[in-house]
Amino acid sequence: MHIEIDEISKQFGTTAALSPVSLAIPSGALVALLGPSGSGKTTLLRILGGLEFPTAGRVLFDQADATNLTVQERRAGFVFQSYALFRHMTVFDNIAYGLNARPRAQRPARAEIARRVTKLLELIQLPDIGARYPSQLSGGQRQRVALARALAIEPRMLLLDEPFGALDAKVRKELRQGLRDIHDTTGLTTVFVTHDQDEAMELADMVVVMSMGKIEQVGKPADIRAKPATPFVREFIGA
Amino acid sequence: MSDITLNKTEPVRFRSATEESPATRWTLIAIGFIGLSILVFAPLIAVFVVALADGIAASLKSLASRDARDAIRLTLTIAAISVPLNAIFGVAAAWFITKFDFRGKAFLITLIDLPFSVSPVVAGLCIVLMFGTNSLVGGWLVANGYPIVFAMPGIILATMFVTFPFVARELIPVMIEQGRAEEEAALTLGASGWRVFFTVTLPNIRWALLYGVLLCNARAMGEFGAVAVVSGKIRGQTATMPTTIEMLYQEYLSVAAFSLAAVLAMLALVTLLLKTALEIRHADQLATMRRH
Ligand SMILES: Nc1ncnc2c1ncn2[C@@H]1O[C@H](COP(=O)(O)OP(=O)(O)OP(=O)(O)O)[C@@H](O)[C@H]1O
Ligand SMILES: [Mg+2]
Repeated sequence: MHIEIDEISKQFGTTAALSPVSLAIPSGALVALLGPSGSGKTTLLRILGGLEFPTAGRVLFDQADATNLTVQERRAGFVFQSYALFRHMTVFDNIAYGLNARPRAQRPARAEIARRVTKLLELIQLPDIGARYPSQLSGGQRQRVALARALAIEPRMLLLDEPFGALDAKVRKELRQGLRDIHDTTGLTTVFVTHDQDEAMELADMVVVMSMGKIEQVGKPADIRAKPATPFVREFIGA
Repeated sequence: MSDITLNKTEPVRFRSATEESPATRWTLIAIGFIGLSILVFAPLIAVFVVALADGIAASLKSLASRDARDAIRLTLTIAAISVPLNAIFGVAAAWFITKFDFRGKAFLITLIDLPFSVSPVVAGLCIVLMFGTNSLVGGWLVANGYPIVFAMPGIILATMFVTFPFVARELIPVMIEQGRAEEEAALTLGASGWRVFFTVTLPNIRWALLYGVLLCNARAMGEFGAVAVVSGKIRGQTATMPTTIEMLYQEYLSVAAFSLAAVLAMLALVTLLLKTALEIRHADQLATMRRH
């Protein structure tokens, strides 16, 4: 799905989290929002997912105005920084949650839900953990379950807030490849937030560098490396 | 030289950093136990001893009296009405306070605590002032056949005022600690607000809620001050268990007074046993929820 961000701004009281920003994300792209802490990455992602509403500006999905769509109507697969797995439910029930939440007419039969959950568990390469609770999983496993849960609703796009933030270097590398593979097989437009420039450069087709609520530069990783548009980008990438 | 050899034969015992020496430990345990005995166990036993002073038959006979039965029925009715209402209000208040950012939030939290700091007698008087026959609202209600003061609605209002903080107080820290992430996740998965509440919010707070409700219930059955003011203590009509106990005691009917007191104490004990039983039964579940 093509996403267009048209002059979006966001105020929290007196702080401007986003000065008007505009950005077009082509259908099927894997995009990194890269920037230092407090630059507005999470805010922008939450606005796309419908968890936050912009003070001004529009969001367009496939050219149609989506600014006023509710979070449920957006059908964005959202992976939270802390994963936000439902702690009182098994992994199976976590992944099935979105399917069970559908209105009766659109809800798959129980057997079909089980089949899909099993398939997703295979996709994240954890076929045997359906009966466990989130507290019985490692950080990396939780992250993958969160991804499977987001994919279960057959989302129109995938939004991930620092998906690898809390993991050690080795697991990060593995999961990066996992996300790349899932992106390539599903073809979903995917936006992920990171403040790790290696991660952005290695994984993304397109990198959006942000600073203090503004977009500093948008481009392919190689282009940003070769031609930083502003002193900020040069310094942030250069290190 | 000899010192060194001595030290070598002595087996070395390591103590964890948070562990006290046995002497300290036993002193602390003893202090705690003595304190509990004097303040809690002894009075509780005394109640039962006095209640049974004339034998169990006398005690049961006093409980079978009309006034005693009316008082027990009224107290249970009041608890059955005010506790569920307070549970709903408490959940709503805690939810509102923890899920939204707004100005005056700190003030609202203080306001929830107000019933804890205001004397119940004052609370009762406020209800009389607001709904008594001489007030505007009260006069109109009485004229239309709905008296509040010296009637059941007044007792329920007084009980609810006094016990309001219990549920909200238990829930607010738990809900703040849990944050909004799980609820937001459920919303992005397509769940409606109500579905999120029943499938995510409520299961996550159920233990705190249960605990709050049990405390609220114990207090609701035991409330004296506020209820004494608004109820008028009319025997057979508005006299609850605590007010009846006090009246019997004033009339030197100590067996009757203490028998009823024993029943009240047992209701409270049952409440606590219930809580403990539930905790033991769901111990593993509690543990998985606390970690994570
Ligand atoms: N709910 C909120 N209320 C008030 N201010 C907020 C809120 N959320 C974000 N902000 C502010 O908006 C700005 C951008 O925050 P945001 O969370 O989008 O940054 P970020 O780029 O995701 O940072 P990080 O890398 O640390 O997660 C910050 O100055 C932050 O303090
Ligand atoms: Mg962030």
